[in-house]
Amino acid sequence: MTRVAGLLDFRRLDLLATGDSSLHRLDPRAKVIVTLVFIICAMSFDRYAVAPLIPFFVFPIAVIATARLPIAFLSRKVALVLPVALLIALPNPWFDREVLLQLAGLEFSGGWISLLSIMLRSLLAAAAAIALVAVTGFPAICAALGRMGMPRPLAVQLLFLYRYMTVLGEEAVRMTVAREQRGGGPLSIRLYGALVGRLLLRTWDRAERIYLAMCARGFTGDFGSGQPSRLGRPDIAYVAGWCGLFLLLRTQDVTQWLGAAVLGALR
Amino acid sequence: MHMADALLSPAVGGTMWAATAVAVAHCSRRLRIEADDRRVPLMGVLGAFLFTAQMINFSIPGTGSSGHLGGGLLLAILLGPHAAFLVVASVLIVQALFFADGGLLALGCNIFNLGFLPAFLGYPLYRRLAGREPGTARATTAAITAAVVSLQLGAVAVVLQTVASGISALPLGTFALFMLPVHLAIGIVEGLVTAAVVVFVRATRPDILPAATPSNRSVTGVAVSFAAVALALGGIGAWFASANPDGLEWSIARITGADDLDSPPTTLHARSAELQRRVAVLPDYGFRRDEGRDASPEGAPAASNLHRPGDRLGTSLAGVLGGAGALFLALLVGFVLRRKAQPT
Amino acid sequence: MSHHLVEARGLSHVYADGTVALADVSFRITHGESVAIIGANGAGKSTLLMHLNGHLSPTSGEVRIGETPLTKETLPAIRRTVGLVLQDPDDQLFMPTVYDDVAFGPRNQSLPEVEVGRRVQAALERVGIWHVRGKPPYRLSGGEKKRAAIAGVLAMAPDILVMDEPTSGLDPYARRQLIGLLGEFRHTRVFTSHDLDMVLDLCPRTIVLLEGAVMADGSTQDVFADDALLSRCRLERPLALQACPVCGTKRF
Repeated sequence: MTRVAGLLDFRRLDLLATGDSSLHRLDPRAKVIVTLVFIICAMSFDRYAVAPLIPFFVFPIAVIATARLPIAFLSRKVALVLPVALLIALPNPWFDREVLLQLAGLEFSGGWISLLSIMLRSLLAAAAAIALVAVTGFPAICAALGRMGMPRPLAVQLLFLYRYMTVLGEEAVRMTVAREQRGGGPLSIRLYGALVGRLLLRTWDRAERIYLAMCARGFTGDFGSGQPSRLGRPDIAYVAGWCGLFLLLRTQDVTQWLGAAVLGALR
Repeated sequence: MHMADALLSPAVGGTMWAATAVAVAHCSRRLRIEADDRRVPLMGVLGAFLFTAQMINFSIPGTGSSGHLGGGLLLAILLGPHAAFLVVASVLIVQALFFADGGLLALGCNIFNLGFLPAFLGYPLYRRLAGREPGTARATTAAITAAVVSLQLGAVAVVLQTVASGISALPLGTFALFMLPVHLAIGIVEGLVTAAVVVFVRATRPDILPAATPSNRSVTGVAVSFAAVALALGGIGAWFASANPDGLEWSIARITGADDLDSPPTTLHARSAELQRRVAVLPDYGFRRDEGRDASPEGAPAASNLHRPGDRLGTSLAGVLGGAGALFLALLVGFVLRRKAQPT
Repeated sequence: MSHHLVEARGLSHVYADGTVALADVSFRITHGESVAIIGANGAGKSTLLMHLNGHLSPTSGEVRIGETPLTKETLPAIRRTVGLVLQDPDDQLFMPTVYDDVAFGPRNQSLPEVEVGRRVQAALERVGIWHVRGKPPYRLSGGEKKRAAIAGVLAMAPDILVMDEPTSGLDPYARRQLIGLLGEFRHTRVFTSHDLDMVLDLCPRTIVLLEGAVMADGSTQDVFADDALLSRCRLERPLALQACPVCGTKRF
């Protein structure tokens, strides 16, 4: 069942963030910034860029390796975006038929090249996001975003959502299991409305109880945040190093150099 | 429909991020001022609820496919637009991070398309149509209308954002022609589901639904809704008229009576080229690609003037940016007007 | 000494729809006492608890904590004195990590972070789960969650502990551990529970509610010997006091 698998994936990804590696120990702000710069650089290429995208894979690969993250699990999660990527890329060969590349006697239209580009972009974007969560953890990301300007109400909202996702997910599973056990087929809209409605009511009641618990411990409307972390030298080096590389890869045609170097070496 | 990072350019993504950031700041400030402590845990668990509800599918009658709740409108009905917006934003953020749904760059677009539009354009429309204590039929019609409007606007937004980015080769017209009817259907379903939940809740726990209070707020919202719809349709229409006819658009232009299809609309082309040059501050794929192709080392055949994809992209980019910018400005104006109109 | 007092005087609560939740409830619990409030579902136990920390206001009558009446002004002080632990720890543990959750109370008391840290550590060590402080609550077992919820309340250094169904949902081992833990506390303790054997273990005094009214208030042994009272209130004897299942000998 997709929904159960989704929750399990969430738990496993969340668990990875509790690991201990040099990456895990970095300030979350550094990791968030590097991820954002990565995505901006990779997505800023023109639509026919294929070769220049490939060096960008070094970032997620390096993160997975350094943090000793499980390769199979993460590859599977990243690969999940491929079907959707294919779907959104498919119009390109249809509409863009002009031949741009002739290689080994075969002709490739611009559409196919841009399709490949879109697939690569999807992989890079997904890999960056998942790698970020796997080495940083959601509460730390929220704290980082808060210190970088995200308003408090949204930060609080995110933390509550994170906290109760699994609780409500399990409630929903229990409610649907009961239904499926009595031979329910696919849900009609009316039944869905009733099921979701019941879940909503239970959620509402739970909110009341949580509010009771919060008031009982003196909730005044604000949440304290504990000791803020400080950016250290490893953090700054991390940001400077990766961002420098991304800018280099973005502005220079590194693959050409490599190709030329290889050709030169072969001669 | 979610925007994906892979189809988005940093320019468009960045613009939408800026718009979303403004909306987030505004809603946060508003919630802080209202200082309703009770709402804090409520928003949190309703976010978890929405996330969970989206994981459960229902079957869409007559199609055999399944769908799930979008939820922006439902949340706005339960919480009011400002809180609902933040809740939807939080769900999208979690989805982008943990499930690579959409993407981090596209978050700005998605929060805007799926959060702002239903909460601040769809919901006021619902309020206006449903009135204070609507019966089932009225609530359902209101919900369907509001959902359709929200989703149509969302679809237009996605189309504009995609075409403006220039990664996808889908022409604006074709894309719109696909997205709008599909999202009409999705909107109807969303309205039905939203109404089903609202009706259920009202029957079992009427105390939960906040009483509707018609105010000038909803009037301005409706006015903005209609203005936005008009602008979006106008934008698309203008695009049809100005584009180099090609394929699908060609037949439509034929139907709408564009006069001479064989000769290129030179004045329009020249004018948009001018606009392109002035707008050149954006990293524009149309330009670079044209240059790249002229100097193509692989010896690709030179494309004819009329049908170079680059041209079509270049032309449409200007038009589309104009449309997108106008839409955004319209919403911003509506936003400001609403703030002024509220009794505080 | 007097700030450990819990007193209800003619406490009544009628809901908006007319349901009488509490009808003229009066009792006085003194320093260090451990009292159980038992009764059928809907008898008013949870409603009563919510009055003890001021979450609900009485329709008539009053609640006094340590000689201080419950009013809007005294509410923050009362909430520091009365630590309420809810039945479902998932409702109580709402922060992303155990540490943050236990720190919630002290931080609301505007204590300096160093002191907060000290209290959190002391509370978590007291209940024996310091080692899980960094975990999100969804990764704790039921027993650990219960103890985390208690720690969150202990960190506020209350004088009075009020707990709603403390052993519900726990497996036998966790239950036994919790009973042991609660037995060590020196606070004034008020429990509601369906777990009558726990009541027998922990509470020398028992108050019995039926439809919002106090039916009995006295020594636990006396209450559990009164079979007529128990059956009238839809209760029965704790298993430990029932006839032996093997030979049928009645114990009392």
